[in-house]
Amino acid sequence: MTTRPFREWTVKAALVAIAALFMVFGGAPLYEHRHYQVPVVAGPGVTKVIKLSEFMPGLKGKMADTDIFVLEGKEPGGKALIMANTHANEPEGLLASVIMIENAVVEKGTLLIIPQFDASAGRNTKPGDGYPLYFDIPTEWGQKRFRMGNRDASPLDQWPDPDLYIHYPDKQLLSFADVRNTNRTWPGRPDGPLTEQVTFAAMEMMRKDKVDIAVDMHGAETMFPVTNCIVAPQKSAKIATLVSMTVKATEGFDNHVEPSPSNFHGLSHREIGDFSDTLPFLLEAPIPFLDQPTGPKTVKLLLDGKDPFLLSLSKKKKLFVPYDENGWPMDKRVGQHCSVVLEIIRQYSKKNPDMAVRINGIPRYADLVKNGTGHYFHDPAKAEKKNIHYE
Amino acid sequence: MNVIMIVYYVISAFLVVMLAWNFVREKKSVNDMILYLLVIIPLVLRILRVK
Repeated sequence: MTTRPFREWTVKAALVAIAALFMVFGGAPLYEHRHYQVPVVAGPGVTKVIKLSEFMPGLKGKMADTDIFVLEGKEPGGKALIMANTHANEPEGLLASVIMIENAVVEKGTLLIIPQFDASAGRNTKPGDGYPLYFDIPTEWGQKRFRMGNRDASPLDQWPDPDLYIHYPDKQLLSFADVRNTNRTWPGRPDGPLTEQVTFAAMEMMRKDKVDIAVDMHGAETMFPVTNCIVAPQKSAKIATLVSMTVKATEGFDNHVEPSPSNFHGLSHREIGDFSDTLPFLLEAPIPFLDQPTGPKTVKLLLDGKDPFLLSLSKKKKLFVPYDENGWPMDKRVGQHCSVVLEIIRQYSKKNPDMAVRINGIPRYADLVKNGTGHYFHDPAKAEKKNIHYE
Repeated sequence: MNVIMIVYYVISAFLVVMLAWNFVREKKSVNDMILYLLVIIPLVLRILRVK
């Protein structure tokens, strides 16, 4: 035995040990994040919880299969579908949907709520952009922890990406990354990529269950023109306009209407309306966290929406929403979503009394701003086990 | 998991084996050894379905 091979293998062993440490300490938090379960307490209005795979058996057992909370009223009426976490890095929709699941009681009609529409994206993250893995919402009984997800489904569930995503069925060329974006893969197909299977399953649910209204809750940058708005195609425009005017007049916040572009394919507000009888609406609340010229992407920025760079840009009139020292806090964003959803349902119900949906128990904008989002979350430790669902 | 995805996992495993083999065969250059290990890390994390 010579000293040279001994030295060579000592160096190699040391390097392998360092690489293994990188893998363990880098990989373990990501593995834990992907498998972290958020408890949601089904409220008094939840009559059953079903899976999206009931409408597309191919999804069964996959990470993308997701829960649908069904809230049925005693009186028959219309059906409204609420989707959150289509983009899992826009969590105001998720928080609004959990508030609805835990508090809403339906008197007439049916409310269907999907809190993790892109369940794979909800277990993905963006370390390159310094995303936090989790964020905590303060409640009266402690902190409620949520996963911070990503815009796109995880490559662990759908890989590889093509060079270009050719949208089905319109053959429009979209960015390669959009193949994992469930707001570019509508209306989907049963034998397409996983994200297309998810949107196809949702389309099947809307067609088979004859869903009247579908609301897709998002967040958008303050520097992006399509923000703080309701995106609606022609068939939903009347209701969207009435909602916009009503929330401005009665609740004091702006939420203008943006027309859904007829030639931009794959988006929920376009394809749901074109491929079913359902009236689609997409809600955008301003989320400063997603803007590019901000400070560090911290949980604080996600929750309070305060950033000095955006404030400076606001003074130069570079933002598409009013922005001051108060930022754009999460409670305000969640409140907007809750109020706009309730108003869409109310306006639809006024026009279609036989197919009305009447709901109690969901707080509105002013309640959320006053009491905070956490006030409406129920303590899983005090809930009956059968009512706890892990998302 | 579709066929293309399975093929990509097989390609990743093949690359891991090739890189590991090159790492074992490298006698002198510590830089090259480090390089092989750096390239292996994301491939191993993908095969283990971590990231």
